[in-house]
Amino acid sequence: MNHFPEAWGRPRDDIYGSYNASYLPQSRGGLQSHHQPTTHTQQPIVTGTSVLALKFSTGVVIAADNLASYGSLARFTDVHRLKPFNKRAVVGFGGDVSDMQYLDRLLNSLDVEENYTSPTGDAKSDDDRALVDAPLMSAKNLHTYLAKVMYKRRTDFNPLWNALLVCGLDEKDQPFLASADLLGTTFSAPSMATGFGAHLAQPLLRRVAPDEAATQELSKEKAVEAIKECMKVLFYRDARSMNEYSVAVIDQSGVELKEDEKLENQSWAFADRIKGYGTQTV
Amino acid sequence: MFRNNYDNDSVTFSPQGRIFQVEYAQEAVKQGSVVVGIVSKTHAVLAALKRNAEELSSYQRKIIPIDTHYGIALAGLASDARVLSNFMKQQSLASRLTYGRPILLSDITSRIGDRAQTNTQHYGKRPYGVGLLIAGVDARGPHLFEFQPSGVTVECVAGGIGARSQMARTYLERNLDEFENCSREELIKHALRALKDSLSQDKELTVDNTSLGVGGMEENFKMYEGQDIAGWLETTFENKQEGGQAAEGSGEGMELDS
Repeated sequence: MNHFPEAWGRPRDDIYGSYNASYLPQSRGGLQSHHQPTTHTQQPIVTGTSVLALKFSTGVVIAADNLASYGSLARFTDVHRLKPFNKRAVVGFGGDVSDMQYLDRLLNSLDVEENYTSPTGDAKSDDDRALVDAPLMSAKNLHTYLAKVMYKRRTDFNPLWNALLVCGLDEKDQPFLASADLLGTTFSAPSMATGFGAHLAQPLLRRVAPDEAATQELSKEKAVEAIKECMKVLFYRDARSMNEYSVAVIDQSGVELKEDEKLENQSWAFADRIKGYGTQTV
Repeated sequence: MFRNNYDNDSVTFSPQGRIFQVEYAQEAVKQGSVVVGIVSKTHAVLAALKRNAEELSSYQRKIIPIDTHYGIALAGLASDARVLSNFMKQQSLASRLTYGRPILLSDITSRIGDRAQTNTQHYGKRPYGVGLLIAGVDARGPHLFEFQPSGVTVECVAGGIGARSQMARTYLERNLDEFENCSREELIKHALRALKDSLSQDKELTVDNTSLGVGGMEENFKMYEGQDIAGWLETTFENKQEGGQAAEGSGEGMELDS
């Protein structure tokens, strides 16, 4: 009889022979040595480029192209980077595509949970119905949540390599637009752009809506037009972009998402004035 | 000789299909002093009768504000209510932190309901010996929920739990149709009258033994005690004396002078 408690209840060595640990890793007394160390994201692999968004008087318009690049290779041309959450919130993803897919699954489970724990109740009157049927998670709530997720992951030294734009309507049905990035940094403005768009499109958008007061005056048509113009400028000058893109408009009537838009009226006339690249000799 | 063999723990059914420990826990609620709650379209009100262990001691707290938008009233073991209220405070804060929104009352109620139910299903645990009324306003308007030690939760327009609460419930049932369109002040009066109906002949509501909790659409949940409620007590029971018709200078029959 063995008097050591750790051996109790286990097959006895003197009858069955000692346990064959050879398939276990070395840390467990085995022979296997090829297990990998824990790894954290060090760089994005397959990436999406800029996301643009602009507030207008009654809602928000957001756009991103459908390209996922593998380095400088235009690897996937049908990746939709705008994800509608509910009828008053859309998230636009720039940066790593696999992390985008992870966040998309996270948002789906959040949506399921949200609808499970607080399903729409019995409405006694039309007034009640408006109150009961309203989705509880506003764009603002969603942004707070996503910013916490991003900050949690960077604190673990394992960031989700994305730049997010969260847009839609807040609790009071006012237009809402804010960003969160891989560091957990948050920011809010009447117009926003991630990635290369922050340099190329943001100045153009600010010309349309310099401040909150200007967005109150901005019509939906004007806002959509401004965003489309910026997508075109980005396609001219951003080498990781393409001419097919998604655009979503979020207002009181819900989310209107178009995922297969094409850039129109391109004019490359400016191109022959550009010198100093490729095989050109100036 | 005829000792009950089925009440030793909360996991054993009696042959009649009862779980005695849970029923005993519900008795603990009936020993607690009475609390009532009412909601209108715009407000949620809690009213509670506080008890003191002896003349010289202070009164036991009956209403606990949890978050800025809601609070609870308890009947039963105050120590169990403390555990539950701490849990509710923590959950409410978590909702504000992660989503930036006040927690739904239906949500927090089902969370403590789940917690209480697990206690009735595990050997070595006991049910909570406390009943709660949870009242306040959230994104879906004003609400009142009742929580019982068994883990049962119900939403109601008005409700009362605790010792002699049947009398209070009778009052509430009689006036049920009025509550929906009541103003804030009317709702408070109804709650105080319901509370008073459950008192025994020799007891009265005073500024010392009554506490009120009020929440509304444009108003954070707040507890009122002591001199803050003197005005309500005065106006409420002045009117009642004359059968709903307020008569000036009927100081004679006032129930506050003691």
